[in-house]
Amino acid sequence: MRATLIATLAAASCAALLAACSTTPPPEQAPAGVEDRSPGAGKPGASQPVEQKPIASVDLTASRQDPGAALRDPSNILSKRSIYYDYDKFDVRDEYRGLVEAHAKYLRENPGAKILIQGNTDERGSREYNVGLGQRRSDGVKRMLLLLGAKESQIESVSLGEEKPQSEGRDEEAWSKNRRSDILYSGEY
Amino acid sequence: MLARLSLLLGAALLAWLPAWQPEARAQLSIEITGAGAQRIPIAIVPFAGEAALGPGLSAIVRADLERSGLFRGLEVPPLIPHPTEASSVNYAEWRSRLADALVLGSVATRPDGRFEVRFRLFDTVKQVALGGIAYTLSKEQVRATAHRIADFVYEKLTGERGVFSTRIAYVVKRGNRYELQIADADGAGAETALASFEPIISPAWSPDGRRLAYVSFENKKPVVYVHSLTDGKRHVAANFKGSNSAPAWSPDGARLAVSLSREGGSQIFLINPDGAGLRRITSSSAIDTEPRYSPDGRSIYFTSDRGGSPQIYRMGASGGEPQRVTFEGGYNVSPRISPDGRTLAYITRNGGRFQVALLDLANRQVQILTDSDRDESPSFAPNGRMILHATVLGGRGVLSAVSADGRVKQRLSATAGDVREPAWGPFIE
Repeated sequence: MRATLIATLAAASCAALLAACSTTPPPEQAPAGVEDRSPGAGKPGASQPVEQKPIASVDLTASRQDPGAALRDPSNILSKRSIYYDYDKFDVRDEYRGLVEAHAKYLRENPGAKILIQGNTDERGSREYNVGLGQRRSDGVKRMLLLLGAKESQIESVSLGEEKPQSEGRDEEAWSKNRRSDILYSGEY
Repeated sequence: MLARLSLLLGAALLAWLPAWQPEARAQLSIEITGAGAQRIPIAIVPFAGEAALGPGLSAIVRADLERSGLFRGLEVPPLIPHPTEASSVNYAEWRSRLADALVLGSVATRPDGRFEVRFRLFDTVKQVALGGIAYTLSKEQVRATAHRIADFVYEKLTGERGVFSTRIAYVVKRGNRYELQIADADGAGAETALASFEPIISPAWSPDGRRLAYVSFENKKPVVYVHSLTDGKRHVAANFKGSNSAPAWSPDGARLAVSLSREGGSQIFLINPDGAGLRRITSSSAIDTEPRYSPDGRSIYFTSDRGGSPQIYRMGASGGEPQRVTFEGGYNVSPRISPDGRTLAYITRNGGRFQVALLDLANRQVQILTDSDRDESPSFAPNGRMILHATVLGGRGVLSAVSADGRVKQRLSATAGDVREPAWGPFIE
């Protein structure tokens, strides 16, 4: 399964890179250096700049080594994996719509990609009921991804309840970090 | 004596006792923070020759009985000649020492190197012997023997079965390490059944006390395992897509009720402990979790927020229309039915504090039993007398026990780390 996923991701990334090359206009051709054979050659005249244009490198192997680069590129929204919630709330706030849409797009474009969504709660109340509440959060993200075109087989939504807090504090600041859903891609869990 | 005890229990005062120090190897220490105001005064004379056993046999018996909150052990000065279970008892002398009950015993070394303990219990008020037992044991069985003696005394004098020989399971968290431990009911002799770097919650004893079901997060999601305590073998009982949680044994041990999210949401299913025979028994768009069988196996109590807030409901053991059980308050969770099926312990949110509540199922009276504010996971002792639960004290997770009448309180804490998720095991036959 893992090998298939990597191959799929690699193929998808290659295709993306090739597409990028073909649509980007080629850089202007630099004039080739020509030897001056005119009379008086050999005498130093006006000095000429020595030019060597850098080579634009296309590396098809990098993507194979690291198919999920986009998922970890800090400048890519796909590297954002956490959705935070208000107290006793389970709906994805507007500020996280872009994040969920980006992951939905990635899942659509990479049918072999799979994710685990872990729902979490703050520490207050019953551990088992909190497993239920965390599940309600992760189910909500899953439902949104499905509406945006991801496939059921790509997504597992689970709950960690209150067991894996991001912050150990006992105040609203800590609790607000713990009420969250985390998205993990296959290979990350 | 029985009638007298009932009268004594009618008094409603809290007495404070000094902490009792357990032996050094104990990983949990126990502190009695409240007891019945009137307790049966009992003289437990050190058993003749008990020094040969190492740890003080009679001291463990006394500590057990005192911890129940129903007994007060009397100091006994050195007696010459030292009486044994075979001695004739001068009842007037023990009455003058204010003892209502008396335990005498002796320890003898057998030719095979093992020991024989004999004891006899006397009612000094009625001036009769109430019986006695002889045990053969090795040195490693001193604690177990003391607990059996305490059970015998407790049952003879109170009319209900003692729980000193039972065990408790709980989870200790130290740093990022989680240990599922089993200890004697007094917190001594703790052994680790499972150690993990991922959380473990909701241990549940099989009715025969040989296995534990629990939820482990070792696969980055909740999965229900069944773990044999004698050989350490464990297997997955429920690992479906989504979350698998909240296991509860049917009284005959043939089935587990669990909460699964495999069909969306959290719904209650039945499954055989080996993972076969899955069947869904709730059908709601709500969270249905924390199932618990009634002792007769006919009903399942569970937590559901189908009415808008988490409340406790009851349904037939194979499903059916649930009836709401709790009505007071906006957060009532973690139902635990008493062994006699007459009362329901649960956690209620009471003005922002989470406390242990007890509902009388016949007259609907609710009593809040604790004055702490972060209580979780109540668990009845198999005789129904005490309710063990988790709470937080000084920022650390500790276990606490409160009597079903709210008067007797004990606290068990580890020397380091958080203790949580207690489950009191069944009587061992």
